[in-house]
Formats: sequence, C-alpha cells, structure tokens
Amino acid sequence: MIRKAFKTAFPYTIPILTGFLFLGISYGIYMRALGFSALYPIFMSMLIFAGSMEFVTASMLLSGFNPVGAALLTLMVNARHIFYGITMVSKYKNVGKKKWYLIFGMCDESFSINCSVDVPEGVDKGWFYFWVTVLNQSYWVLGATCGALLGSLLTFDTNGLAFVMTALFVVIFLDSWLKEKKHFSSLLGLGVSVLCLVLFGAEKFLVPAMCVIFLVLSLAKPFLEKEVA
Amino acid sequence: MTLLQQIITIGIVIAVTVFTRAIAFWLFPEGKKTPAFIQYLGKALPPAVFGMLVIYCLKDCSLLTGNHALPELLSIGLITILHVWKRNMFLSIASGTVCYMLLTSFVF
Repeated sequence: MIRKAFKTAFPYTIPILTGFLFLGISYGIYMRALGFSALYPIFMSMLIFAGSMEFVTASMLLSGFNPVGAALLTLMVNARHIFYGITMVSKYKNVGKKKWYLIFGMCDESFSINCSVDVPEGVDKGWFYFWVTVLNQSYWVLGATCGALLGSLLTFDTNGLAFVMTALFVVIFLDSWLKEKKHFSSLLGLGVSVLCLVLFGAEKFLVPAMCVIFLVLSLAKPFLEKEVA
Repeated sequence: MTLLQQIITIGIVIAVTVFTRAIAFWLFPEGKKTPAFIQYLGKALPPAVFGMLVIYCLKDCSLLTGNHALPELLSIGLITILHVWKRNMFLSIASGTVCYMLLTSFVF
C-alpha cells in the first residue's frame, strides 16, 4: 500500500524535483554568500520549509533583533497558507498521524499537487499525500544542503530553470480551468491578484488580494454554491 | 544579533509558518462537523488560489520595462496551447521551461 502510493506520487513531484533542487541550491549558495555557516540553510530549509520566507528570514537575521516584526512579516508572507488549510481540512481527514506532518509540510507545491490531483482508485490517499509532501521537502533540503556545502564548486548554466515552478502553477491552474463548468473563481483569482499587484506592488499585494477573494467568494455563495457542489 | 537572538527569530518564523498552515485544522477538527460555509470555501477557493499563485510567480516581471515580460508570456502561451491540446502535465511543464530558458538565453 505504502509502495504503491509512492509509485503513484513520485511522477507528480518530478517538476518540483527540478525546481526545488535548483532553487534550494541557490538558497544554500545565497546564505553562504551572506556569511552564514552551512548549518543555517540546512536547518532553515528543514524546519521553516517555506521557500520565499527563508530568503526573507536571511535578511531579518542580518538586521536588528525584532521579534514582533519577524512575526508580522511571516504572517504576511505566509498568510496564503491559511487558504490552503481551509481547502485541505476535508481532504486531510482520516489519514492518521501523518496529518501533522502533512500540515507542517504544506508548502505551495505540496498543497497544489495534493489539492488538484485525483488520487487513482486503489491508491491510499493518505500515503499519496504523505509521499508528495516528503519528496518535495527532501528535494528542497537536499538542494539547500548541496548549495551550502558545495556552492563554490558548482558552476552550471541554469539560467531560467526556476521558471519550472511558474510552469507548474500554470499547468495546475489550466487543469482546474479545464475541469470546471464556470470559471468565476479562476478569473476572480487572476483578476484580483493582477489588480492588487498593480495597486499595492509586488511586496504587499498578497494579503489585500486574499481579503478581496475571500470577501467576493463569501458574498457569491448563494450563486456559486450549486456550481461547486 | 547574538546566536540566541537568531535562534529566537528563526523559531518565531517557524512557529508563525506552522500557525498559518495549521489554524484551519485547529478551528475545524475532524471529530466535529465542518461548517457548511467552510466546506463551500474549500471547494470554491482552489481555482482562485491557483490563479493567485500564477500571478505570485510573475510578481517581479515588468510589462512596461526591459523585455516586457515577453519570455514569460510567450512560454505561458506555449504551455497553454500544449496543455489544452495534449493534457500532459510533464510535456507542458518541460516544454514551457525549455522555451523560457532558450528565450532568456538567446533571444532576449
């Protein structure tokens, strides 16, 4: 059962293998370049496990000690995970103790795969979700560790490889688009995000975008409920 | 920062990250019935979140300056055509990424 779930899960994580190894290596090299010992990227990739937040944390560690600021900034950057949680509450039911790890490891990529893939008949859902999450995290930690330890030895032409993550999210968006009857929610997500990006800028658009999406979907419940049931 | 202050800062980041991931699971535990509104959101939200993530990946592109985000837009166009046509996740992602790498290395 566990093996079968692994074999089913692994192919879905291949794009993330590429992207995370590359980004992880970049993160490891970046941390060393800032003057941190290799232990920092290794432990931070393992314990924080939220890509963009780890880069932000690096710059926080280099400025003055400000615990309240650190908490607020983390909340802002990672607020989107609250949406992931709301979405996965019903999917991560009846998976036993693995649930705690699934929650801890719920990064953008693991959420997107586990939320969008219809786990095939005969494959244990809990173990499928678990393997997707474990594999994704191991790619990231492995990348960060390699970057931290071997960064100076690595020179390769990988210009643009990070686009694999964008490609992954575009494909997941398209898959969901092709499955749905009405495109209200898809268009809302795109439109509101673009609008907030223009209004608030790259650093601050996520939280206002999330608030508007939440508000509109709440108000539209009477109209949308039948569509999503 | 001292080592202790660094450890505290990293600890706060870990705690708040886990908080954002776990809060829905604490508020709506398995034993109790999940409110209808949250069940509705669970189904209505994903498409909007996927759209938001696409824009999040593109947030640092500029349409008005530099290469006008053409490598990104052309590669996403290719991914869209291939994916609607073949519905093969790996083909779409690999082609889009290679297209982007070629465009940024040789064209723009």
